[in-house]
Amino acid sequence: MYTFSNKLKTFAFVLMALGLLGLAYGFLTAPKTTEDVEKILAESHHDGHHAAAPAHGEADPAVAEIAHEAAKGEKVSDTVVAAHEEASVEKAADSTTAHAAVAPADEAHHDDAHHGAEAEAHAAHQKHLEHVLHQLQNKPWAALYVACIFFLLISVGVLAFYAIQWAAQAGWSPALFRVMEGITAYLLPGSVIFFILLVLSGMHMNHLFAWMGEGVTDPASPNYDAIIDGKSGFLNVPFFLIRALVFLGGWNLYRYFSRRNSLAQDNASDDSFYKKNFKMAAGFLAFFIVTESISSWDWVMSVDPHWYSTLFGWYVFASFVVSAVTVIAFVTLYLKSKGLLEYVNTSHIHDLAKYMFGFSIFWTYLWFSQFMLMWYSNIPEEVTYFVTRIENYKLPFFGMVVMNFVLPILILINTDFKRLTWIVVMAGIIILTGHYIDFFNMIMPATVGDQWFIGAAEIGALMFFLGLFIFVVFSALTKAPLLAKRNPLIEESKHFHY
Amino acid sequence: MSTNKVIHAIYNDDDILMDAVKATRAAHHHIEEVYTPFPVHGLDKAMGLAPTRIAIASFIYGCIGLTFAANLLNYIMIVDWPQDIGGKPSFAFYQNMPAFIPVMFELTVFFAAHLMVITFYLRSKLWPFKQAENPDVRTTDDHFLMEVALHGNEEDMVSFFKNTGAVEVKVIDKH
Repeated sequence: MYTFSNKLKTFAFVLMALGLLGLAYGFLTAPKTTEDVEKILAESHHDGHHAAAPAHGEADPAVAEIAHEAAKGEKVSDTVVAAHEEASVEKAADSTTAHAAVAPADEAHHDDAHHGAEAEAHAAHQKHLEHVLHQLQNKPWAALYVACIFFLLISVGVLAFYAIQWAAQAGWSPALFRVMEGITAYLLPGSVIFFILLVLSGMHMNHLFAWMGEGVTDPASPNYDAIIDGKSGFLNVPFFLIRALVFLGGWNLYRYFSRRNSLAQDNASDDSFYKKNFKMAAGFLAFFIVTESISSWDWVMSVDPHWYSTLFGWYVFASFVVSAVTVIAFVTLYLKSKGLLEYVNTSHIHDLAKYMFGFSIFWTYLWFSQFMLMWYSNIPEEVTYFVTRIENYKLPFFGMVVMNFVLPILILINTDFKRLTWIVVMAGIIILTGHYIDFFNMIMPATVGDQWFIGAAEIGALMFFLGLFIFVVFSALTKAPLLAKRNPLIEESKHFHY
Repeated sequence: MSTNKVIHAIYNDDDILMDAVKATRAAHHHIEEVYTPFPVHGLDKAMGLAPTRIAIASFIYGCIGLTFAANLLNYIMIVDWPQDIGGKPSFAFYQNMPAFIPVMFELTVFFAAHLMVITFYLRSKLWPFKQAENPDVRTTDDHFLMEVALHGNEEDMVSFFKNTGAVEVKVIDKH
């Protein structure tokens, strides 16, 4: 039996406390009014809003212009870039507040935007301030959301990996089942917090989801957005919350029953619990593949309600499953270093490292397929997703490809390296950081746009959920012996050698 | 002298063969070769053979393939005739790189795979019309043959291999 070491428990509580402080700081320093925003912008010498006045009018031409200029190989002018940021982020986050400014600003643009029609320019400037205000108010919420979904999906990924091991009747992994069950214990608290966050979004506590905005589906409203209105059959708050409840509920039910059967198998006199778990795992995987896809549209893709991608569900899955396998390897290595996993040898670690390696490449394959197809066809409707990311998130966007692909492939390609604890830990830290940045890249551009920063709120949220994760996972590990006793495959797993 | 004489010890089970290999190594007889009808797991370790380096060779070939593909595409598409094909930016390699990745990937795999296979053939001395080096036809079907250099007393060695469970022990004059 494992006993939760006091040091680790204290560490988890310190992480949670510091994380809460960081989050509180983030929420308290978020601007309340447009005057605050003006001050912040003046301080940061942000020059984008000078170009904002003519920008509103040329929402879509701006996209075409960027593509056109890029094709000519000229440097894209600051004005056009700013105009484009405005246009696309405005559409996504503010749901076409631009419409109000379109007519006057358009005329102003034709005359001469910089000199004529000062009154319209001022109105547009106010619009811009309001837009930045929304982005800055979103910042702590988005930080919380990214960290919350990241840790939730890690436990979901472990659950999916665990179900695959059952359904495939893998002979190497039963020695690690209790570790995986311990990690999936985070699923319940994680999904409760996550669901509360979704409900708060639905109650208009934040602007994370543009399609939840007021008046977006009302043709009489200045916020009306015909595209979002067209999707409102799917994207409406009650249906969204019901879906979330069904998905999270289904996953938690599988987790609860498979854990219960797995423990019951320890003291059983036959293999009936094993057979039940085998069937349940197969059923869960069928349920999971459908719900995972839909939940990734709901929780991740819908922050960009004007954009869609067909392989998005797989892409999100690849991202969290590689993080999940890495976390399994981390917890295994930690428990093994304490001498608690007698039968886990370097061959088990080698297998986990192979999965980390393979899923890293799988993630890259999907990342590149999604990026390259849109880059190649360059249809303005789809490509704005990547244009905003490359313009405003250049380092995180390309940095994560290095962290999630280049470094893992070079570090983990060697067979001997995959057996060395420090190499696996090093590669794992790179992979987990890289996939946090991946989720950051998926959520932030649509919610905070170019106002992103990895500061107190982001790091605080990450620390809070890491602390909670450690606390829940290691508490759960104390509740059962670390070796599944009567699993029919446990003998094979104990002597697993590669 | 007896330097070109070898002992052929023939077994009909891979477990017995493994034990015999271990016993032979422990008795410090030099194993020239072992012929088996199928791969026997752990035989290389028991014989004390050095691990293969073919994976390292393959990695290097892959790097060569990647370099070849990148230079090929850079020269053709960017340097030699940078024409505008459907609006794709061909001013610098990095600008049009996403379009080159599929080719770069495939050529990396192509070089890594094919050159590794050719390396394997060269190192194992395998080619069409090669004279088969099979000491006993049964070793391709259901028998295992260990070839050991004969040193010292012939009688002693024959009885040693008889004791290791061999179904047949022969002394062969090798030319």
